[in-house]
Amino acid sequence: MLTQEEIYQKVREVLVDALAVDEEEVKPEATLVGDLGAESIDFLDIVFKLEKTFNIKIPRGELFPEDILTNPEYVKDGKFTEAGLAELRKRMPFAELDQFARNPLVQDFANLLTVRDMCRFVELKLQQQEGQASA
Amino acid sequence: MRWYWIDRFIEFHSGRMARAIKNVSLAEEYLHDHFPGYPVMPNSLVIEGVAQTGGLLVGEYNQFRLKVVLAKVPHAKFYCEAVPGDVLTYTATIEHIHPHGAVVKATSHKGEILQAEMELVFAHLGEDFNDRELFDPGTLTHMMRILRAYEVGKAADGSPLKEPPEETA
Repeated sequence: MLTQEEIYQKVREVLVDALAVDEEEVKPEATLVGDLGAESIDFLDIVFKLEKTFNIKIPRGELFPEDILTNPEYVKDGKFTEAGLAELRKRMPFAELDQFARNPLVQDFANLLTVRDMCRFVELKLQQQEGQASA
Repeated sequence: MRWYWIDRFIEFHSGRMARAIKNVSLAEEYLHDHFPGYPVMPNSLVIEGVAQTGGLLVGEYNQFRLKVVLAKVPHAKFYCEAVPGDVLTYTATIEHIHPHGAVVKATSHKGEILQAEMELVFAHLGEDFNDRELFDPGTLTHMMRILRAYEVGKAADGSPLKEPPEETA
């Protein structure tokens, strides 16, 4: 199992490669969209590169559960409902949602993920994979 | 399909690698204006040809059932110009294939000389695009035929590459 530092370094390499940013810009707290300029198509590239780098499988909607956005139970008047936030917490255990939950506007959802979240996502995937392998 | 930027396949290994050639000819109109008196093939058209080589490789892997589009060119580096009389050899290798698309690494050579290298990301369009026709049925198989992919192609098990029974993309 890779250490957190090793995961961080590899995630960093993936982001530098996929987003053509300088290594110094890829800090744990940097947001992918706002700080690193990721566009929607870049997420596809990032997912492919994470899969290859870490030898994991990332099904659609796992990193970014977009289906929540179109569910009226979860989103009302451009804001996540309590049920929506609960669903987000369940589906995105790797993401830091506390600050977002204070004013959970849908328009800010795309800019939620940070480099740290990506590292946690990979860490969880690797743990899951290891659990499956030893089960 | 009327936007051919490769002339024929010389190798086609299903799901793995394809190699195609492009003859750069002064008979091609774009060279008359790019640039007047100094004909150079635009790098964007080299990318297009490489993307056709890689795109057909990715599409064939799924028997052309999924709609494949070029989504992103993360890297492209050009080392020299392509000019009339050059024969470019494009080699596209699938690096990673995923239900949502694929990553292809590719090169363009002029004989032994590396002319360009690049990485391409292809996306499989999702269900949202199911009602939209990008190509008429059979177009991609027809393109593969014209480019002689079925003459040189090999399936994953090494047997001769066969046309898919029905193309729906």
